[in-house]
Amino acid sequence: MTLLAGSGPAVCIGADIDTDLVIAGRYLRTKDRSVWAEHAFEDLDPTLAPRLKGCVLVTGKNMGCGSSREQAVMALREAGVLAVIAPSFARIFFRNCINVGLPVLECEGLLCSDGEMVTYDCTTGMVSSGGRSFDCRPLSPKMQEILVAGGLVEYWKGRLSQ
Amino acid sequence: MGTLSEKILGAQAGSFSDKRIDKAFCHDGTGIQAKVIYDEMGAPGIANPDACYVIYDHIAPANTSQTADLQRELREFAVKSGMHFSDVGGGICHQHMAEGRVLPGEVVIGADSHSCTLGAFGAFATGVGASDMAGIWVSGETWLRVPESIAIYLSGALGKGVEFKDLALSYVAELGMDGATYQTLEFLGESVPSVPMEGRLTLSNMAVEAGAKAGLWYADEITREYLSKYGQSCQAQTPDDTAVYAEEIWIDLHELEPLLAVPHRVDTVKPVSELAGTQLDQVFIGTCTNGRFEDLARAAAILDGKKVAVRTVVVPASQADYLKAVTSGVMATLVAAGCIVGPPGCGPCLGAHMGVLGDGEVGLSTANRNFRNRMGIGASYYLSSPSTAAASAVTGEIADPREVV
Repeated sequence: MTLLAGSGPAVCIGADIDTDLVIAGRYLRTKDRSVWAEHAFEDLDPTLAPRLKGCVLVTGKNMGCGSSREQAVMALREAGVLAVIAPSFARIFFRNCINVGLPVLECEGLLCSDGEMVTYDCTTGMVSSGGRSFDCRPLSPKMQEILVAGGLVEYWKGRLSQ
Repeated sequence: MGTLSEKILGAQAGSFSDKRIDKAFCHDGTGIQAKVIYDEMGAPGIANPDACYVIYDHIAPANTSQTADLQRELREFAVKSGMHFSDVGGGICHQHMAEGRVLPGEVVIGADSHSCTLGAFGAFATGVGASDMAGIWVSGETWLRVPESIAIYLSGALGKGVEFKDLALSYVAELGMDGATYQTLEFLGESVPSVPMEGRLTLSNMAVEAGAKAGLWYADEITREYLSKYGQSCQAQTPDDTAVYAEEIWIDLHELEPLLAVPHRVDTVKPVSELAGTQLDQVFIGTCTNGRFEDLARAAAILDGKKVAVRTVVVPASQADYLKAVTSGVMATLVAAGCIVGPPGCGPCLGAHMGVLGDGEVGLSTANRNFRNRMGIGASYYLSSPSTAAASAVTGEIADPREVV
């Protein structure tokens, strides 16, 4: 199960962050997810990884562009990121978030700064911070179903056991 | 009814549908992740193994014991489960699939972002991550949102020394890195019948660099002739007058000049002439964008009888491309010029092996991505056509191919 609503302090990063920057190619050849969490964003800002636990990651447009590597979203989930919020996502990164059960919200106009509390709810499609609320693009029923299950593994486990 | 995406996916833009997948492929990098996830799902078997391909290209052959162990695990799994398997040296997954394995009208999913390459055949081809691939192994299906489309109308002909890679860089620059996010690019216009399959593959390959989900060409005589060499037949697809496009772009090929994507974004594009004389530490000719036989042949035509002035790595896209380059003499020309030839595959493109750059070094590559640190920590990469790469290899600095072709 993934909690589709929650709140946490914002960690803010820029626009067009590619998945090479989320987790570099040199760390991909392992099954150990803690390696990816430990080295998340290493080439962007080496001080970011220790700040990710319990945070809401707020990014600029086109988050997660580039390589399809799912290790990027696994790194964020493993590091303890609660949700990712951006005005737009590269579509494979977006799918990957849903598939690993990491809440993802497409939200124009969210204004917040590092450390500020951000509250999100994937079921209502709302994000709020600093006393202001923002609408998000709704998720399809199938996406919500996968996310609620906790990701595609749990979704298929559930379907296969029926 | 509608755009090619709408026709193939059988629904209107904006709607969601569960689609049966005609061809699904992954590589050594995404495949091992997909296997781990597939094992966790606990399925009784692969739903449609004959539609599934596992193709080793990213770190091929293995560079460390750890990589080799992961590759052994996936290799054994792929063979045992009845999926098609192409081992190290066979070539890049997209090129492997392009060699007669993808047909017009098919829905093709690859666990790699450049899976859009196969839109060159009029197939709806797009990339996903490892979990989605595992889900396809389990069920033979996946969900897709039918994308809106952007029409790119091509007119005129390319000038001497200008390539379809320059056209690709041009449209990425015009759209921007996220200008086509969630959308399909459709290549249309009077010049389409004169764009060969290798050019279509290059142009579809770069679609994801503008954020696009797919880059589609309507199957025509070029498609039919290309596929017939692999014993495949196909029917032509015709654009629909009633198709609605979210955006329309017109490009006159005659007006294009050799271009470069400058570090560290694919959409920051400048004319080669503006940057001529920039010192280089390495040139790389290869990848799913420009590692095909025709690319190597154009590079060889420029390097014939000359010596490279800078280390130059050449990696054929597939074993078939490699063999053709060997038997035609293209490879002999490249080796005589002093090029280093790697085994078919991705080569240094993803920064894992075979030509990674050092801190402060400057490279020129025929690849599709020049993200910061991707092909070497602290390095800078320019992206260009094979002709620009070869002309630059001769002088050791960025050079305009129009002066040597």
